[in-house]
Amino acid sequence: MSFKLASTMESVAEIEAAAEKLTQEAGMDEDESFRVVMAAREAAVNAVLHGNNYDPNKQVTASFENNGKSLVITITDQGEGLDPDTLPDPLAPENLLRGTGRGIFLIRSFMDEVHFRQLHPGTELTLIKHLSQAETKDEKQDSDTK
Amino acid sequence: MALSIATRQLDSVTILDLSGKITLGEGSVQLRDAIRDLISKGSKSILLNLGDVNYIDSSGLGELVSAFTTAKNQGADVKLLNLTKKVKDVLQVTKLYTVFDIYDEESTAIASFK
Repeated sequence: MSFKLASTMESVAEIEAAAEKLTQEAGMDEDESFRVVMAAREAAVNAVLHGNNYDPNKQVTASFENNGKSLVITITDQGEGLDPDTLPDPLAPENLLRGTGRGIFLIRSFMDEVHFRQLHPGTELTLIKHLSQAETKDEKQDSDTK
Repeated sequence: MALSIATRQLDSVTILDLSGKITLGEGSVQLRDAIRDLISKGSKSILLNLGDVNYIDSSGLGELVSAFTTAKNQGADVKLLNLTKKVKDVLQVTKLYTVFDIYDEESTAIASFK
């Protein structure tokens, strides 16, 4: 499933809802689902706010996939690009009381893999959550019965 | 669901009972405004009851931190009560659990301000 969205907070809500649906269909437990949905939300906010700056002329693209082994969520923006290596560490003592700067950190904490790709223009963020054996077994049973 | 805030007073402590989400575009601004208003009116002891808050994003965390630092700079204290598991997880991952005074019981939290 993938779609193109406007750079608005409504789009963030749509991406959150799609991520939640993806985790529920994968049979993920509530805690894991929450982490994946939160990571997707943070990525969406990054794209809408920091990437596209709410620009109505710029779009966010979101795709959602369960490949049987992992959930893969990809979110792209059309902004100026982001170098994740230049982001300050929010856990560093001098940054702990900052009001911003935790979004990417939360994404990395809650997902198993996070990949950045510069699109020139824009950034593509791929979030990957590996499915547990129970979740992959559910997927297999579903496909066996079809 | 946006954030709803109910205010009550117990001894000299102002308790904000929060319900809903503290996120960008929803509750984070409401929370900021509520706390700033209290501090501007002279509140020195503010307890945020997060028992009905089951979602906080990085923006919401930023507002909690800003509330904490603003309060400290004004000689006031902001403490947290009744964290749900999800909010606790997020605070722990970001190490903000070590920044705030956090309580599970209201009476203990109130007493801590004295």
